[in-house]
Amino acid sequence: MLITRREEFSASHVCLNPALGPEQNRALYGADANPHGHGHNYVVEVTIEGDPDPVSGMVFDLKRLKDFIRREVIEPFDHRFLNREVAPFDRVVPTTENVAREIWRRLEPPLAQAAARLHRVRLYETEDLYVDCFGDRS
Amino acid sequence: MIRLTRRYHFPASHRLHSRELSEEANRALYGKCSNPHGHGHDYVLEVSVAGPIDEHGRVADRAVLDRLVEECVLGDFRHANLNRDVPEFSGTVPTSENVVLVIRRRLAAGWPRAYPAPGPKLDTIRLYETKRNVVEQ
Repeated sequence: MLITRREEFSASHVCLNPALGPEQNRALYGADANPHGHGHNYVVEVTIEGDPDPVSGMVFDLKRLKDFIRREVIEPFDHRFLNREVAPFDRVVPTTENVAREIWRRLEPPLAQAAARLHRVRLYETEDLYVDCFGDRS
Repeated sequence: MIRLTRRYHFPASHRLHSRELSEEANRALYGKCSNPHGHGHDYVLEVSVAGPIDEHGRVADRAVLDRLVEECVLGDFRHANLNRDVPEFSGTVPTSENVVLVIRRRLAAGWPRAYPAPGPKLDTIRLYETKRNVVEQ
């Protein structure tokens, strides 16, 4: 069984490679390479896999999941300029893929310690574009 | 594993009606979907691509995907009568299931040109006929 909690954060970012020139960055990343950045209302969905506990009836307490997401993701990311304020995006280009993967990295260890099996992090950059990260599973 | 999904929209009309069945059987099987003048939907199409994150931080170039979907699917399906305007549906009932199969075949045919090996793989096609009816493969 899969359970999912959805949260939101607003952040700005720039997608460009400092080793490349403006024309190359524009060709690679399009308008996402505008040097002063742009913003999104990101939506993150965190999915846990498991079986309902016979006593509580819960796979995992969604209030605790909310707290984990708020602490590990929303507080550091919300209303930030990712490239300037959130590691590792000072040196890793904050594409949707890389941000989703970073969210997985931040959530998986504390959730594993709380005996929760992280199944998927889904990150919507816009309503029409989202990335699923399943950790190391192929 | 990382999977990137892009969502597209196309309005289209269709009629569910099989020549191999009687009118009564069509009505019994397809209900209102067999109304003779057809009906329409604002279809939502999700195309998912899977692969590793490349050196540019991406699973796939979105502009390449958008161009491929436009050329292979949306150009023909958008504002179309699926039964009359899309050749595959002249002899095949355009249920969402069959529309997904046709979309997958069209994208698969153009995929090697858009994403030469060892590029990202076409993963899932998901089609929302309405918010409540969803088919994916």
